[in-house]
Amino acid sequence: MTGLWTVFRKEVKENLRDRRAAFNSLLLGPIVFPFLIIGMSYLTLSSQEEKAEKTLEVPVIGAEYAPNLLRFLEQQGVELLDAPADPEAVVREQVHPVVLRIPETYPEQWRAGEPAMLEVIADPSRRESSIPMGRLKSLIGGYSQQIGTQRLQLRGVSPNLAAPVVSRDVDLSTPQSRGALAMIFLPYFLMITAFAGGMHIAIDSTAGEKERRSLEPLLLNPTPRWQIMTGKMVATATFALASLMLTLLSFKLALPYMPTGALGFELELGLGMIGKLLLVVGPVALLAAALLTLLATFAKGFREAQSYMGLVIFIPMIPSLVFMTNPMKPELWMMTIPMFSQNLLIAEFLRGEAVPTTWLLVASGGTLLIGLVLAAWAATLFNRPKVVFGGS
Amino acid sequence: MIEVRNLSKSFGEVKAVQDISFDMRDGEITGLLGPNGAGKTTTLRMLYSLLPPDAGTIRIDGHDPMRDALAIKRTLGVVPDSRGLYKRLSARENIAYYGELHGMGKAKIQQRIDELAKTLNMEDFIERHTDGFSQGQQVKVAIARAMIHEPQTIMLDEPSNGLDVMTTRALREFILELKARGHSVVLSTHIMQEVAALCDRIIIIAKGRIAADGTQAELLERSGESNIEEAFVKLIGSEEGLLA
Repeated sequence: MTGLWTVFRKEVKENLRDRRAAFNSLLLGPIVFPFLIIGMSYLTLSSQEEKAEKTLEVPVIGAEYAPNLLRFLEQQGVELLDAPADPEAVVREQVHPVVLRIPETYPEQWRAGEPAMLEVIADPSRRESSIPMGRLKSLIGGYSQQIGTQRLQLRGVSPNLAAPVVSRDVDLSTPQSRGALAMIFLPYFLMITAFAGGMHIAIDSTAGEKERRSLEPLLLNPTPRWQIMTGKMVATATFALASLMLTLLSFKLALPYMPTGALGFELELGLGMIGKLLLVVGPVALLAAALLTLLATFAKGFREAQSYMGLVIFIPMIPSLVFMTNPMKPELWMMTIPMFSQNLLIAEFLRGEAVPTTWLLVASGGTLLIGLVLAAWAATLFNRPKVVFGGS
Repeated sequence: MIEVRNLSKSFGEVKAVQDISFDMRDGEITGLLGPNGAGKTTTLRMLYSLLPPDAGTIRIDGHDPMRDALAIKRTLGVVPDSRGLYKRLSARENIAYYGELHGMGKAKIQQRIDELAKTLNMEDFIERHTDGFSQGQQVKVAIARAMIHEPQTIMLDEPSNGLDVMTTRALREFILELKARGHSVVLSTHIMQEVAALCDRIIIIAKGRIAADGTQAELLERSGESNIEEAFVKLIGSEEGLLA
């Protein structure tokens, strides 16, 4: 086994000396990712605040037909504007998110005691219009209810008759589980780190060795080939794990700067949590090391290997994207799918839920097993003359 | 001592080596001479156990490369055509890496590197990173790396490729010194002068077969020519490869 560690030490030393590559592998992610998350949460926060608290400006068509309603809206802080020439175009071009039209029939219907029709013109497929539209509609609803109540009282009827059922919200979300929503990107970043951290050293130690033509002399040493290959994989896994730990550490350091209070949640990345996350994502780093080494060994040179890596980086993205767009309730069978299971588990951890130990074992053990199978396969590759000498 | 009997190797349709047999003795320099593509490198790769032969037997100091690859690797020191140094490691670290892979102790490795650095005259650059080394410096590191474990048999594939006159002379002296110390030296080359100056015995390979095998005098006699270059052309039956 001494050969294995000799290869491991040499690969680590050699790759650390390549300053730029080592920086990209180990430090770039840990520096960039926390900034991304903090930046995104500030952005969400400010746009939410802006939409919820900004004065609502609504152009009104046919203002003369409903002076009472408009007075109510003004009292509620809405700023009413003059009618635009073409209200549909104004909305379509996003000059105003929402326009109110009061048809000629409104006064007639009002006096007849029929429901008087209003038109709220907006394009809800634009996400930025949905908040102003909702605010205007709820104000109109409030007005409608107020008038309705008055009408009933005038006729000596209790307004309660018109409200047979009311519902009350009971919010079970905890500050921590609300925090998990904001950290939905964390598993995604961790998966990417597990892959990206080992990428360069995986290529350099296999395809790079072939390209520099140093593989043939290396294999002339009396060290079993599986040990040489395994030494390289352990070096790759070490880089991936180191990058992962640095990313978690930088998240821990960056978290106090997140606008957690303003977003209404609390989040803490304690040592216990970091340990749990490592336990879950660590096997992914080993799986990634085996997969990357395997692919890079089949490549004839650095460039060919890099072109594979561009595709490989999508692998950890797929389960994260599925989970982000299509949240589902975790179940035991899902734990058998590498990377998907880690996404689910990290989300549960961050929500502060208790996770069954069997789930942990299945997820980490399963991923580890697949990684070991790939590694065992990779370890035999240097026995193939075609892999060693290329086409010749 | 290397014994090869009826060795054959094909890559698909291409018959790289066909039914060759020869011996290489200790205390002798054997030249493997042949045009490019004749099968020299394929033969060497089978000898140092990186390629399995299709047929035939190989014995190096009694070991079979296919059965006992690790023992073969301990007794062989190889300077392949591709030097393949690690640029971000110093010359000393490059050599020490191979020493460790041979399972040698740290102190022993450093002592051996100091010896080799002296013999090969590489004390000026032994601590420098090999990035930007001249061809001559690279060959010296590659040789020292192959010699770190004091192998009995040394194989050099085109060692003087790209070397200047002074370095080539130094290399020849080094090879002769190895012979004097009782090592078996195998020199694969297509350069006539090198063969003429160094080799006790010459094996000429052409188109995957042995075209001739004997001492320089024997080859000259057999071909009826007065210099080794003419003899070579006559024995392989064409001029192909000589210009390479």
